[in-house]
Amino acid sequence: MKRELLSVAIGAAASLLVASSAVAGTLDDVKKKGFLQCGVSQGLIGFSVADEQNNWTGLDVDFCRAIASAIFNDPKAVKFTPLSAKERFTALQSGEIDVLSRNTTWTMSRDTSLGLKFAGVMYYDGQGFMVNPAALKQKTGVDVKSAADLNGASVCTQTGTTTELNLADFFRSKNMTYEVVAFEKNEEVLKAYQEGRCDAYTTDQSGLYAEKLKLPDPAAHVVLPEIISKEPLGPLVRQGDDAWFNIVKWTYFALLNAEELGVTQANVEEQKSSTNPEVKRLLGGEGDFGKGVGLENDWVVRIVKGTGNYGEIFERNVGETSNLKIARGKNALWNKGGLQYAPPVR
Amino acid sequence: MSAVTQGQAAPRSSIFNDPKFRSTAIQVLLVLAIGWFAWRIVHNTQINLHNRNISSGFQFLWSTAGFGVNQALISYSETSSYGRALLVGLLNTLLVAGVGILFATLLGFTLGIMRLSRNWLVAKVAEIYVEIVRNIPLLLQIFVWYATVLKPLPAPARAPQIGLPWPGGGFIIMAAVLGGGAWLLRGLYQRTQSVVMRVVATLLLFFAAWTAIGVVREFGLSTINFVPLGIFLSNRGIMFPRPIFGESMWIELAALVVGIVLALGVARWARRRQEQTGQQFPTLWVSLGLILGLPLIVFLTAGAGATFEFPELKGFNFRGGMTLIPEFLALVIALSTYTASFIAEIVRAGIQAVSHGQTEAAHALGVRPGVTLRLVVIPQAMRVIIPPLASQYLNLTKNSSLAVAIGYPDLVAMGGTVLNQTGQAIEIIAIWMVVYLSLSLMTSAFMNWFNSRMRLVER
Repeated sequence: MKRELLSVAIGAAASLLVASSAVAGTLDDVKKKGFLQCGVSQGLIGFSVADEQNNWTGLDVDFCRAIASAIFNDPKAVKFTPLSAKERFTALQSGEIDVLSRNTTWTMSRDTSLGLKFAGVMYYDGQGFMVNPAALKQKTGVDVKSAADLNGASVCTQTGTTTELNLADFFRSKNMTYEVVAFEKNEEVLKAYQEGRCDAYTTDQSGLYAEKLKLPDPAAHVVLPEIISKEPLGPLVRQGDDAWFNIVKWTYFALLNAEELGVTQANVEEQKSSTNPEVKRLLGGEGDFGKGVGLENDWVVRIVKGTGNYGEIFERNVGETSNLKIARGKNALWNKGGLQYAPPVR
Repeated sequence: MSAVTQGQAAPRSSIFNDPKFRSTAIQVLLVLAIGWFAWRIVHNTQINLHNRNISSGFQFLWSTAGFGVNQALISYSETSSYGRALLVGLLNTLLVAGVGILFATLLGFTLGIMRLSRNWLVAKVAEIYVEIVRNIPLLLQIFVWYATVLKPLPAPARAPQIGLPWPGGGFIIMAAVLGGGAWLLRGLYQRTQSVVMRVVATLLLFFAAWTAIGVVREFGLSTINFVPLGIFLSNRGIMFPRPIFGESMWIELAALVVGIVLALGVARWARRRQEQTGQQFPTLWVSLGLILGLPLIVFLTAGAGATFEFPELKGFNFRGGMTLIPEFLALVIALSTYTASFIAEIVRAGIQAVSHGQTEAAHALGVRPGVTLRLVVIPQAMRVIIPPLASQYLNLTKNSSLAVAIGYPDLVAMGGTVLNQTGQAIEIIAIWMVVYLSLSLMTSAFMNWFNSRMRLVER
């Protein structure tokens, strides 16, 4: 009890601040500020990465831009806070950011014990391994074709992620030994992998493709076929502000519905005069769905104008037209063999 | 209220004018205010956490951690608890801090004394070292050392085995020629002032050495045999044999303990005898003989108490044996070289604080410089050195938390992982604070005790 009191006292100053900021609704706060404060990664190609001029791009970044478009009709009304894996939840809990869109895996404990809520799955991912088979063959004589050949290997990863747990589970369940070297930052992980500290690099497969591009000889490195875990990555908000939760959740659904109904950044103006009742409802031509979520009725028009639909965001950042060249796979719409499915606007 | 006894001196003056009452009342009020404030903070946090559905409390320490670690001083597996994971981290912190403090002290004292050397080159080398190392941020140095430790080391499959060099016959001849030559040269230098004689003699020595090398090479005596020790150097760290203690180990340990006790006794006796009679006794050699000799006798009669499990290359890495991971090496080197630069300055200041008259007095009595430094200057300098030294030790311990940058599993790194798995930031940060605070308090308590022992005893 005494220790509990002590711990509580230490966090007190922070939570006093939380208390004041959480009284008003997040939407009102955001409107008053004039911009959305969005938590992203410290640099993961395709998901959230900043260039020299501090312009952020990526799938997770575009999701925040979509929310900003829905609220302000301006995809640029976002400020980004780069966060390490360790800092991300505290930043959201303490009110430092309004939404966390940082390739974060939806797990039960995160959904239930952190006071946070996942609003959807922007990207269905899974953990994999990357190796340099030629170098390994030359150095150790082991021909690595699958993750099952990694018995005894040293594996580099980032600390403070679900990755460490999956890694442990995988090797334990296969009765294989391993050495984990966990770094705080992605750059350090990549550097250690490059310098031969580890035989393999593990993280979400999308991340592996992204990190691979940073290596001097990307072609020499292979992402092994096995996926050893389910990693549904999605945005989070604080519990207790259901109106805000709805906005974030339905922004995600709006992106999916827009793709499903063929509403794109290019044709959104024409589509406004569409006779299809579903499109009409989505774009605010019929009903008061936008008002229901606390926004304007043309909220989806604003979103699609700002960032395009889900498919466009995907292709632009991680898909075939990007450097990553990741296939839609599980991230295709439900009617095209994927898992992305949004409830109807009705 | 007004019934408070005022004493007889000032029956009519107000109680608020009584300085004693006033100071007590103010202090009581202050304590109450602070207590109320603290309670408000605690209470508010508890309510907030509860309202936000954020779990709190320390129950998580007993649940399964589920992640691995690459250096654990106690047995640890993925099925161990979060509490044990944190303990593993704490021990890793203590290990790196302890080893770092040892090396930083040795290096720092050496450098500090070097800075005061009358040899210009030695003093300058130490000065440049101090000025460069202490002015570069530690984190940067850690990265540099990590890269320099990691880069040149080969992969495990090509790891060289460290062996003890065992010189062949040729080297003994060469050593004899060089050693003998140098001894003769020294004698000559002491006897003659003539530059020509000196140059000629030096050249002669070089010539003799040259001939000896030629002879050795000609007859193929230049082999160095390596006795393999089962120690391997690779970018996975230093692998060395793990001792497995057998049955007769306890006899050897007992012999070691007896040796140490006897050595302490001898040292005490020798000191008393020197105080009484002035006769010196070779305490060092006798103690060394006792401490090393007794276990050796047992070892020779009872056989080896420990067998060794040698590291063996299998697939990606070595199996068996023990490993010092490269992150540990890099961190120890970075922490100790960095802190040594500060300690060097403290030592220099301490020595310079000792009045020069002390040195002169010692020299006047015919005491040699080395002994003067060891028995006259340093003991007095210690009084000045110890307090700032203690704060350097604290700094080193706290700086060890930079370990997470290069992936060394110290308390902060492990705590960070636990924090992320459980989301209990307040608890983990509280544990960090309590641990580092108690480490600091324990270090400073020890240094205070040491300081009071080293204090100038005035007679």
